[in-house]
Amino acid sequence: MDVKAFNRSLWVFHVNTGSCNGCDIEIIAALTPRYDVERFGIKLVGTPRHADVLLVTGPVTREMAKKLKRIYDQVPDPKAVMVVGNCGSTGGVFYESYNLVGPVDKIIPVDVYVPGCPPRPEAIIQGVIKLWEKLEDKRRGKC
Amino acid sequence: MIEIVYKIGMVPVIAVLGIVLGLLYNGIDRKLAARMQSRVGPPIIQPFIDIKKLLMKESIVPRHAIKWLFNLMPVLALSASLLTLLYIPFCGIGPAFEGYGDLVLVLYLLVLPPLAITLGAFASGSHYATIGAQREMVTMISYELPLAIAIVSVAWLLSMANPSLPVFSLSVISNNPIWNFTTPLSFLGLLIIFIALLLVIPGELGKTPFDVAEAETEIAEGVFAEYSGRNLALFYLANAVRTIAIASLIIAIFLPWNLSTFFNFSYLSLLFDALFFLIKLFVIIFISSVFIRVIVPRLRITQVVSTYWFYTTLIALLGMLLIWIGCCLKG
Ligand code: SF4
Repeated sequence: MDVKAFNRSLWVFHVNTGSCNGCDIEIIAALTPRYDVERFGIKLVGTPRHADVLLVTGPVTREMAKKLKRIYDQVPDPKAVMVVGNCGSTGGVFYESYNLVGPVDKIIPVDVYVPGCPPRPEAIIQGVIKLWEKLEDKRRGKC
Repeated sequence: MIEIVYKIGMVPVIAVLGIVLGLLYNGIDRKLAARMQSRVGPPIIQPFIDIKKLLMKESIVPRHAIKWLFNLMPVLALSASLLTLLYIPFCGIGPAFEGYGDLVLVLYLLVLPPLAITLGAFASGSHYATIGAQREMVTMISYELPLAIAIVSVAWLLSMANPSLPVFSLSVISNNPIWNFTTPLSFLGLLIIFIALLLVIPGELGKTPFDVAEAETEIAEGVFAEYSGRNLALFYLANAVRTIAIASLIIAIFLPWNLSTFFNFSYLSLLFDALFFLIKLFVIIFISSVFIRVIVPRLRITQVVSTYWFYTTLIALLGMLLIWIGCCLKG
């Protein structure tokens, strides 16, 4: 496993597509001094244009579907998508709700799922590492 | 002839040195900030890694952007920052373009990168970037006043002491440490002006608490909202180089001493001077960027304006007044 491959620099843009905010708080927890993902070069950025990774939480409500697609298109290549939480991966507690068009992988291609409702910060960090390898594969495939 | 060759030869040397040092200090800055928040923090070479990654990524030009302006501005920002460095005493040696430009030119060159950022943001056609650009302009207008007052007072103090010297020339300023010409009262004034200038630096560099133009939590990175890949990397570099340029300017004015004037290192003096310069650079950047950034959260744009136009200007004016009184009493 070559974690250094994507150069230890991964900028993440976080989209909330109707989550209950549980997962978002766990993502913030990963940034706090206790877990401090910045030491791996992971940084939360404020615009999709700077991002390498789209971090999606939530089951994609009808309103968010088009916007999610658009945000995905705004991220420059090479990019990857990571879904955090059960409801983004499968619908979770919101499964078969009348108001959903998700889960996320019905709208945009997803690379990594992190299950849990909400997942622990460790699980999110492990998801990022999986993503790292995947981005690197993508890059190799291109060259 | 040899002089011209020397000047042209210095350009790539200073450029590379400026970029490498800029990124290195940026890394140290991030590491220290992280340590102060009791985090482990990224490795010191993180900015190099980030730049390498950004250069590898796609550079998107939005559909509504003015393409040539959008792509030109990052280049302009970086080249202006590098150009500034050529007019400032750097790493213990005099300015590379000595005699071709003075402090006033440096002040104008320092305005150029924020202007380029503003124009680039307007050209990107994004709402967030437009708001960011407006804020950037307001910030720029606010910090220029105390900056100008400080620079003028320094030049004035110098001209009172030696009327015959070209006081705006940076090599003259750095060869005649201004502290030598002070009376107790004007010493106090100078100290106050030094503090005012240290307060101006984070605004110049768009660092927290004055990073209203980027404000990633409110306006999606503001001026840089639409920039990606190579263009973003160029802005990143420009900012890093500008940090070095501004800190070197402060050093040239207020801390111009070299070790070789006090001790005799014979042929190693250049090396020791350069090392000593790096230490001074670290101190300035630590106080004005890292320390302030960690202890104060972001201000609102109105607070930025009042901080600079009111408080910092007042401080600078007080310093100017003290210098004036001091000089009058002496003369
Ligand atoms: S997975 Fe659970 S905790 Fe996370 S957003 Fe969905 S419902 Fe909330």
